[in-house]
Amino acid sequence: LSRERLDDETWEEIEDTLLTADLGVAPAQELVERLRTRARVEGVQSPEAARILLREELLALVDPALDRALRTERHVEDGRPAVVLVVGVNGTGKTTTVGKLARVLVAEDRDVVLGAADTFRAAAADQLTTWGDRVGVVTVRGPEGGDPASVAFDAVKVGIEQEADTVLVDTAGRLQTKVGLMDELGKVKRVIEKHGPVDEVLLVLDATTGQNGLVQARVFGEVVDVTGIVLTKLDGTAKGGIVVAVQRELGVPVKLVGLGEGPDDLAPFDAEAFVDGILGES
Amino acid sequence: MFATLTDRLTATFKNLRGKGRLSEADIDATAREIRVALLEADVALPVVKDFIAAVRERARGEEVSQALNPAQQMIKIVNDELVRILGGETRRLRFAKQPPTVVMLAGLQGAGKTTLAGKLALWLKEQGKQPLLVAADLQRPNAVTQLQVVGERAGVAVWAPEPGNGVGDPVAVAKSSIEHATSRLYDVVLVDTAGRLGVDEELMKQAADIRDAVQPDETLFVVDAMIGQDAVTTALAFQDGVGFDGVVLTKLDGDARGGAALSVASVTGKPVMFAAAGEKLTDFDVFHPERMASRILDL
Ligand SMILES: Nc1nc2c(ncn2[C@@H]2O[C@H](COP(=O)(O)OP(=O)(O)OP(=O)(O)O)[C@@H](O)[C@H]2O)c(=O)[nH]1
Ligand SMILES: Nc1nc2c(ncn2[C@@H]2O[C@H](COP(=O)(O)OP(=O)(O)OP(=O)(O)O)[C@@H](O)[C@H]2O)c(=O)[nH]1
Ligand SMILES: [K+]
Ligand SMILES: [Mg+2]
Ligand SMILES: [Mg+2]
Repeated sequence: LSRERLDDETWEEIEDTLLTADLGVAPAQELVERLRTRARVEGVQSPEAARILLREELLALVDPALDRALRTERHVEDGRPAVVLVVGVNGTGKTTTVGKLARVLVAEDRDVVLGAADTFRAAAADQLTTWGDRVGVVTVRGPEGGDPASVAFDAVKVGIEQEADTVLVDTAGRLQTKVGLMDELGKVKRVIEKHGPVDEVLLVLDATTGQNGLVQARVFGEVVDVTGIVLTKLDGTAKGGIVVAVQRELGVPVKLVGLGEGPDDLAPFDAEAFVDGILGES
Repeated sequence: MFATLTDRLTATFKNLRGKGRLSEADIDATAREIRVALLEADVALPVVKDFIAAVRERARGEEVSQALNPAQQMIKIVNDELVRILGGETRRLRFAKQPPTVVMLAGLQGAGKTTLAGKLALWLKEQGKQPLLVAADLQRPNAVTQLQVVGERAGVAVWAPEPGNGVGDPVAVAKSSIEHATSRLYDVVLVDTAGRLGVDEELMKQAADIRDAVQPDETLFVVDAMIGQDAVTTALAFQDGVGFDGVVLTKLDGDARGGAALSVASVTGKPVMFAAAGEKLTDFDVFHPERMASRILDL
């Protein structure tokens, strides 16, 4: 925004910035319209002032006031661990997120059990077990090609027996268009619930994902009632702007972000940092 | 969610039939609709801009035909232009005169490289080749194990002299794979590499070192069909950092419109060669530009 006057080209640049961050056409246009109205009403003249408004409006959209706390605490009343189910399409970073989250919890002195309910992908259970070994927690696994719901059930059972604080269940990647696989996921959740309610269902979205991210969130939301988004791979050049529409349409907040492949590369979602990323200020 | 481009253009041209040439205002209206359609299909913005400029140019020169209505006519122009950029004819894999033919796979984390390695291996085996899979991702937990399982499923040999999980040098593994293949008469070497970000200079350098060690006949950039606007930045970073000869689009079995195909082909000038549409080793096909154009335009 190097121009001196607030002209059509400045507004177009602003819209381009939003589009390039994968915010989506309709949300970007709406935001620009709102900004233009505000600029007119408030007598804003310079691109710099418009930019401040932009940051303000974008931040309001992302909503710093949303409750982004993660429920991972043991249920003292009935002596049950919290259960976190991790879901999403192929390759977004589910297994890695489970590993990183285990690391965070262990650092807080919690007892954690991992459940390898991806019995489908080549070496998926090995990958999760490596993460478990790395952070020093037990991984419950089943036979390759076995029933993922029974692995998930067993993992929670082990968690209960060991009086663990949290059980983290990793699932196989699946595209939301695969009806059979989505049914299977619904079953995984229902079978876990024989032990009691699931505390968190985290949908892992890859920051490079474009407009399909919204469709993913809708369908996974319908099938397993997602309670939070994990936005991974934000360490790259992608901005992950699709989560703005996801939060708004589904009312599900982004709770965590992935910032790398290492065990410490998981952080709470920070609305200001996210907005600055979109505006190219970080 | 949104009306299709055909519906939108039909609405735009409601009163236009038989007017001779399209007016500037008609062309503007068309350009706006095409822009929205392409952006909603995840085509990257700079590519959309170039594309629309080209379509405008063509639309100006065209007579409104008697046979087609203006909406159909514009769709045809857009479709033709898409197919042209997407590469017209499918490019085949080039085999080396002196075996082994070396194919290196590169791309972002989780794009589908390791799975693709297995698919390519099976496909080549079925054509009577003797492929060798090479485990040069020594970073991602159990990437080596994953390739071994994939190799077993495909019934293809795997060169995995290092255990991975942070142990071993991928450049050395890549280099030794060529000697191994030559002495054991494998005629195609498929090198699986770790996922990496375009901005990760160290890992990009490693990819270039692997490339120099194996001197691939084909380097394939593997990209997820769900990728959005970042496709351009990432494709250019890989073109700069390792260079590639062709593109493979994965996860086409979903409902992403796959505008990335256009973004990548357009900014790098490299053809999309293969399409992956599933997790099974047989879910693999050569790329069809016409199908992709229809998919992007939701025709
Ligand atoms: N740069 C970066 N890479 C990540 C991040 N999270 C995960 N990855 C990488 O992304 C790739 C896929 O991660 P996985 O955890 O295997 O993804 P997944 O969702 O479990 O994949 P499937 O189980 O096959 O669906 C791996 O190479 C990870 O190291 C992140 O935040 N940043
Ligand atoms: N639905 C679908 N899934 C695919 C396709 N290709 C790969 N996958 C899945 O995507 C996920 C990631 O695939 P990988 O082959 O491990 O990807 P990668 O690029 O090797 O990942 P890293 O080595 O971690 O960078 C796995 O769950 C695969 O089964 C495809 O065409 N369709
Ligand atoms: K980023
Ligand atoms: Mg996984
Ligand atoms: Mg891999």
